[in-house]
Amino acid sequence: MRFKYINSPYFWFVLCLPLFTAAQENNQEGRLSGNFQTDIQYYNADSLIGAAEVPEKLLLNAFANFNYVKGPFSAGLRFESYQNALVGFDPRYNGNGIPYKYISYNNYGVEVTAGNFYEQFGSGMVLRSYEEKNLGIDNAIEGIRLKIKPVEGILIKALAGNQRLYFEKGVGIVRGVDADFSVNNIFERFKDKKTFVSFGGSFVSKYQQDKDPVYILPKNVGAMAGRLNISRGKINLYSEYAYKINDPCVVNNYIYKPGDALYISASYAQKGLGIMVAAKRIDNMDFRSDRSATANDLQINYMPALSKQHVYSFSSMYPYSTQTNGEMGIQSELTYNIKKNTILGGKYGTSVTVNFSKINSLYKEKINDTTEIQQKGTLGYSAPWNKMGKESYFQDVNISLSRKINKKLRAFVMYMNQLYNIDVIEDHPGEGTLNAQIGIVDLSYKFNDNNSLRTEWQYLATKKDRGDWAMFLAEYNLKSTWFVAMSDQYNLGNTDPNKRIHYLNVSAGITKNANRVAITYGKQREGVVCIGGVCRNVPATNGFLITVSSSF
Amino acid sequence: MKNIIALCTAFILSIGLISAQELQSNKKLPAVTIKTLEGKTANSSDFNNGEKPIILSFWATWCRPCLKEMTAISEVYDDWTEETGVKLIAVSIDDSKTVRNVAPLVSGKSWNFEFYLDENGDFKRAMSVNTVPHTFILNGKGEIVAQFTAFGEGGEKKLIEKVREIISKDN
Repeated sequence: MRFKYINSPYFWFVLCLPLFTAAQENNQEGRLSGNFQTDIQYYNADSLIGAAEVPEKLLLNAFANFNYVKGPFSAGLRFESYQNALVGFDPRYNGNGIPYKYISYNNYGVEVTAGNFYEQFGSGMVLRSYEEKNLGIDNAIEGIRLKIKPVEGILIKALAGNQRLYFEKGVGIVRGVDADFSVNNIFERFKDKKTFVSFGGSFVSKYQQDKDPVYILPKNVGAMAGRLNISRGKINLYSEYAYKINDPCVVNNYIYKPGDALYISASYAQKGLGIMVAAKRIDNMDFRSDRSATANDLQINYMPALSKQHVYSFSSMYPYSTQTNGEMGIQSELTYNIKKNTILGGKYGTSVTVNFSKINSLYKEKINDTTEIQQKGTLGYSAPWNKMGKESYFQDVNISLSRKINKKLRAFVMYMNQLYNIDVIEDHPGEGTLNAQIGIVDLSYKFNDNNSLRTEWQYLATKKDRGDWAMFLAEYNLKSTWFVAMSDQYNLGNTDPNKRIHYLNVSAGITKNANRVAITYGKQREGVVCIGGVCRNVPATNGFLITVSSSF
Repeated sequence: MKNIIALCTAFILSIGLISAQELQSNKKLPAVTIKTLEGKTANSSDFNNGEKPIILSFWATWCRPCLKEMTAISEVYDDWTEETGVKLIAVSIDDSKTVRNVAPLVSGKSWNFEFYLDENGDFKRAMSVNTVPHTFILNGKGEIVAQFTAFGEGGEKKLIEKVREIISKDN
């Protein structure tokens, strides 16, 4: 497997492309850009926090991207190296390779891409290939993509290929078309109208052989979606509906029920006030290019998660993970700026954010008396639209205030109340639902132009799981170039007195233009990293971590 | 042994990067389709601020340092534009999960910049942006002259200093 691509003529073609294009009669100069990052971690075994011994002692993830653009041509590649993959990443990320490389030509309204590409149709409900380094997700499609803009306001995309599976490719073939129409751009007489309308539709199909000894499985599975976006002045409405034919797979326990999903959002935005509300319903929409794939592997589509993406350690300790087999949810968020020089707003004004999200189960009922819900090889269940699922999966109410108090001090405070269904989200039946209350204070103090100190004070209170946590962080910043920081997360509420551990960390780093080096030493608690409702478990570790990154 | 090979690989890669830096000759922005907050299509090659510099910032609603950077700039933005004529163009890389939050958030915060959406990350990849915040400074000809990643308290000063440097060169 390793260096497989080095032997491929295709790879050499990409490397030589700049030379080919330079030979053309083209006066435009080319531009090369790229980035590089490596994370190197040295591990100590620590039985107290549950950090297992790492036989290699030192592990490393690294990648380098190169992009070259010259006139209508572009080409690029990414070299990846895992020696071996850091703890918590899938061990199938192993060795070196060039899993991402492409050549593209874009001129006169036609863009052709050969190689690997990332694409999204609508909000991604039937197709989204993307990359999320921190989660170890990369489901880039390798194949051909065509984008055509026949007239201003119409964009048609067509693609076919296989998805990336670590350093391999998935067995299934993915094919899709998408068309997007922007009414105001197409018709001259609507050009200056205040109301802006666009709509679109997608069709995606996957092909996989059926070798199942028991069931007759569909070799081709089609999924389609339609979307509409209307905006007028301060108001914006977006809605998308997706439907997928029956697609028995491991994740849905091989049921023959079709799937569908609806997503609706509305927002209002004026100076000093923003409101967003969104709702969704997902029914049996797990869609992968291999029906035996699990976890985050070979997903063709993506269901937009409705829970807020939190950034502080404790507000993101119990994150939600989208349940593609069925869920219903709502979210709303209000951002308000209290004017400066008022009693509530203070001298510089205050920004307030209130956010609420709630996700429940999908209501499912038996199709007949003899068939259990989600029984293998059956139609599974029926899910009438007029009934609500009763089981609560997740709920989050949070309010935060951000304010500049004086020329030197800035404050951020947040309160959050959360319900987290451990049975469903972590798939640990019998553990029930956790209720957590979280308080966060973040203070930044500027001594002068070059020196500043930031402190974080966090507390999480809960009776379940590992109980209460407290955290303190201090970060000193010099000339916004150097930083040193220390933090301690203390699990003071653990019912097991031996596990009331301090997770102490110290770190330092330097950022110069687009180059950054940081080093951290300490203990990392076991947890979950989630981005966009997609999650990865991170085991406990103890040791050194060096991160070097650079862009040019 | 394996570790040594790995470290050597990383080292060689970084050498490659440094030498590649010298190859960079054309500093214009690549032409990539992005969207306005209303959902209209736009092209990055059409970014324009007359003959004045542009600060091009990649950010996301879920990125704490990004919000700090935008807030810090927002407080001095009027002074900046008055003094230098600079314009801030902020490109959100929020994906389908959070892209609907962008317009309400920037209005709620009363930020007065030019905003675009790069929902599929096409522009981000074309600019080789790895993490946000990542900020580029463009001179009056629309050429990239500097770039910065991460944001520490007071980091906005680096941006305006670079802008002032460009202006003094142009004059």
